[in-house]
Amino acid sequence: MADPMRIRVTLQDNVADVKVLILHPMETGLRKDPVSGQIVPLHFIKRVHATHNGKTVLDAQWSQAVSRNPFLNFRVTGAKQGDRIAITWEDNRGDTASIEAKAG
Amino acid sequence: MNAYPARRRRFLRSFGTLVLLAFAPLRALAAQWNKSAFDAKVVAESLKHIGAESIADSGQILLKAPEIAENGAIVPLEITSRIPGTQTIYIFAEKNPQPLAASFDFVDGIEPFVATRIKMNESSALRIVVKADGKFYGTVREVKVTIGGCGA
Repeated sequence: MADPMRIRVTLQDNVADVKVLILHPMETGLRKDPVSGQIVPLHFIKRVHATHNGKTVLDAQWSQAVSRNPFLNFRVTGAKQGDRIAITWEDNRGDTASIEAKAG
Repeated sequence: MNAYPARRRRFLRSFGTLVLLAFAPLRALAAQWNKSAFDAKVVAESLKHIGAESIADSGQILLKAPEIAENGAIVPLEITSRIPGTQTIYIFAEKNPQPLAASFDFVDGIEPFVATRIKMNESSALRIVVKADGKFYGTVREVKVTIGGCGA
């Protein structure tokens, strides 16, 4: 499995700009496999949760309408150099992954 | 027979650690995934399930979205709410099979801003709803989609 997630945190004036890229197919359950002709089952991230030094800052609920390999950008306030920003996702199959980065 | 036992063990071990790390915060979340709001086939019904009985038009919701999205599978959005007390931002693509695409709950210590990319099935209104201090506000924008994104 390649990097399932990437994160970049840029700190400026105590605001941490967080950009996250998650590798995930985000299948709508409507797409047909071009080879087999079979419908590809629904497979999408339902929850995304972000913390700043362990404290929840963002809690997202997603549908299959979020694009494949989802991109997410948000801005954490009151951030200092070395602060920990962590992201966790969970999909409709119960698969989950996390990534953490330090501000600065 | 498994041809890659060592690799698999290594993968399972690292994955197991990942799962343990990941589960604690997710399980601690209070709000459940709002199934009825996401399953709703029309915006009005979805709004009912998020508790939005009336929505005031607001010029304080800044939405950056393409006028024409060539590829409906990737429609980039940037949303900033200038409404004090912003708690949640909801994104609806009105003509998607299920219009509610995503919702973002903002807890303390975060700007009421989010950028992401969504799929749009066809040209339609993009509706952003903001919940602030328990009240609901909205803004609407038409987005033309050249190639639909739901079969993508």
